[in-house]
Amino acid sequence: MTIKVSVIGASGYVGGELLRILLTHRDVEIVNATSRQHAGEYVHKVHPNLKGMTNLKFSGEDAVAAAAKADVAFLALPHKASVQVVPKLMETGVRIIDMSADYRLKDPGKYVEWYGYAHPYPDLLKKFVYGLPELHREELRGAKYVSAPGCMAASAIIGLAPLMKAFEATGPIVVDAKIGSSGAGGKPSPSTHFSERFGVIRPYKPAGHRHAAEIEQELSIVSGRDIKVAMSAHAVNIVRGILTTSHVFLTEAPTQQQLWKAYRDMYGSEPFVRFMMDRTGLYRYPDPKVVIGSNFADVGFAVESRLKRVIALSAIDNLIKGAAGSAVQSMNLMFGLDEREGLNVPAIHPV
Amino acid sequence: MPIVTKCKECGADIEVPDDALPGEIVSCPDCGIEYEVVKIENGKVDLKLAENVGEDWGE
Repeated sequence: MTIKVSVIGASGYVGGELLRILLTHRDVEIVNATSRQHAGEYVHKVHPNLKGMTNLKFSGEDAVAAAAKADVAFLALPHKASVQVVPKLMETGVRIIDMSADYRLKDPGKYVEWYGYAHPYPDLLKKFVYGLPELHREELRGAKYVSAPGCMAASAIIGLAPLMKAFEATGPIVVDAKIGSSGAGGKPSPSTHFSERFGVIRPYKPAGHRHAAEIEQELSIVSGRDIKVAMSAHAVNIVRGILTTSHVFLTEAPTQQQLWKAYRDMYGSEPFVRFMMDRTGLYRYPDPKVVIGSNFADVGFAVESRLKRVIALSAIDNLIKGAAGSAVQSMNLMFGLDEREGLNVPAIHPV
Repeated sequence: MPIVTKCKECGADIEVPDDALPGEIVSCPDCGIEYEVVKIENGKVDLKLAENVGEDWGE
């Protein structure tokens, strides 16, 4: 089976990562990669790492015309661009994997609260499956519409889900996220200028980060309780990678064995979740450095009994497990393929 | 054939070579905890926690 794939908005970092993964995917043919700005240019002019892998050129077609040639369209458009494109694509019958936040939240009211706009198509929100296979594998099988998770949300949710499922927190969960510069996208700004960005540990969103909305949504589903998340996001001095350090306060401190059981029950057979908990190695807890280039999410935990605090750690490559990798993994499930196809590569080390 | 036993800390499968000698150190692939082989008898292995656990990096 060859699946025809269209990548709409392929000139950004997420578009580039989708193309990189899809080019080696054995069941996929990329029928087009669109970019209005770069129409007619070789893809490798914008994504130089793809030189020698393809002579594909960016297409200037509009989203509907491009997607009409495909079985599935990845929408790697800026936020609020997807929201208008999706209903038009739905009319063509193409399957959709949206990389933006426009169809991630189930409750339309949350778009007003977190994104500051009233969602124009609230009825469509429930048609989308949240594209995190670790939580929604069965819904993703055969799904028509998938919304890929936010990068920091993916890291936090994967790190916390087993804990929230097995234990009841006494209050809000504190999520401390650190992310590399590629998370800000491919468009430069004064704050991403090398002289300003290099060397920072910049608390760019200490309160009110939008990814908290989807973390709350997903952790509430997995725990069956109303979970609140207090999130702080920092930009740090790496290009790729996210580390989320999440703090959960419980009524009783769990044992290491109880925690291992909770994590193993949920992730024991996950193809892309690794337990990174080594007593003696160089890397004793999750660290983005050893997931870069891969679809792996490394998880780990620690307990501070004195405070009945559990620290849940998770590291991912923001552009892969946090975006393109989870999206392709979801696509594999949608089409009944081996979910590792195209993604079964180890991380690069050292990097 | 390696003998498979469960890690007492995290529950992972640890493979111990069937010709391992008492005193040999084996470690868990998931949590990295180290065990010392006490004895191997009739295809069963006895392990105890190795004493170097708890090393401090001084950070």
